[in-house]
Amino acid sequence: MTTIAATDTPLLNAILARADDALVHAHRLSEWCGYAPMLEEDLALANVALDLLGQARALYTHAAEIEGAGRTEDDLAYLRDAPQFRNLLLLEQPNGDFAQTITRLFLHSAFALPWWTAAMRSTDATLAAVAAKAEKEVTYHLRHAAEWLIRLGDGTEESHRRAGDALERFWRFTGEMFAPEEPSLVASGVLPDPAALRPDWDATVGRVLAEATLERPRDGWMHTGGRRGIHTEHLGHMLAVMQHLQRAYPGAAW
Amino acid sequence: MSASLDLDGERLRRRALEVAGQVVDPEIPVLTIADLGVLRDARVGRDGCVEVDITPTYSGCPAMNMIALQIETALARADVPHARVRLVLAPAWTTDWMTQEGRDKLRAYGIAPPAPRASRRALFGMEEEVACPRCGSTETEKLSEFGSTACKALWRCTSCREPFDQFKCL
Repeated sequence: MTTIAATDTPLLNAILARADDALVHAHRLSEWCGYAPMLEEDLALANVALDLLGQARALYTHAAEIEGAGRTEDDLAYLRDAPQFRNLLLLEQPNGDFAQTITRLFLHSAFALPWWTAAMRSTDATLAAVAAKAEKEVTYHLRHAAEWLIRLGDGTEESHRRAGDALERFWRFTGEMFAPEEPSLVASGVLPDPAALRPDWDATVGRVLAEATLERPRDGWMHTGGRRGIHTEHLGHMLAVMQHLQRAYPGAAW
Repeated sequence: MSASLDLDGERLRRRALEVAGQVVDPEIPVLTIADLGVLRDARVGRDGCVEVDITPTYSGCPAMNMIALQIETALARADVPHARVRLVLAPAWTTDWMTQEGRDKLRAYGIAPPAPRASRRALFGMEEEVACPRCGSTETEKLSEFGSTACKALWRCTSCREPFDQFKCL
């Protein structure tokens, strides 16, 4: 079985981290296809997944160009094992119920929007170009997730309880979004400084949770490791499904 | 390169743009890629190969591969056999690039065109007024922000009661 590891350089790691975030989240959301609570939501989650998959493709293509080892977007998506993935732990967590999926989408989109907005000024021209589109797409994702979270939190006793449980479940993974980046990449203007995005995220989360009548969990121990390839048990299972075809039929194309 | 070759090159470039511009969006067959603003440019390389630039609409738009294939096929049929299609990301496509003709065609097809300027307000859904493409009424309501394709939202007209698609601002 062919397994590859991308070259270990700060820039490549940084681009792969964003590509992996988008791909892993896209895959989780696409697991809802055919199972969402209603048709419109089935379409919505699939559409959000498709946007993220598109972002992932552009980023993997860019990563492959940076690496210059003759690999393609597909090689990077399908032939790396879990320790080579650099995505946030939050995004690989299983979907749980609908409230959990929406809460995860909200917590990450509230971060992704200011991140992409800042990345539009990246000195990496391709990253800036991807950002110009992603920023608008994520605006839709954030609004959709926020509207649902408000509806769930300020809904029935049951939906309120589930949304609150989801916040408790995922809060421990939110700190990783703000972990420091490679300083040279921030200094050279390739990547936004995540710490600078914190006030924006705090404000969005505060505003939406207040409207949803949900209590903001207290910050405690935050899980990290995804950016270094140290994942929760869930990513490997996800990749086993996602990469099945290329693993079972190496090099299959059509 | 001689002046006459340059002239031939320019003629070939224009021909390629004209032919490629006729290719239609597989999901919205009333719109050509020229109407959409997806066709960006074309040039003739030193090897005589025509390179056509297209830009993706939504990041994940699955129509892009199909469009690239259709361009190559159309060019081959128009006796431009040596052509390749290049996907350019910058500057990022926006619904502002859709031509007026494209907007009119969309409306006639039953899809509400995107707001003229993809302003932040339109993006955030504030004060959004979408006219029904069938009866023209602005008494409409959004059913879902996500529709049958990545670029469309689902709306309903409360005057004529018809549901319709809207091309979302990006």
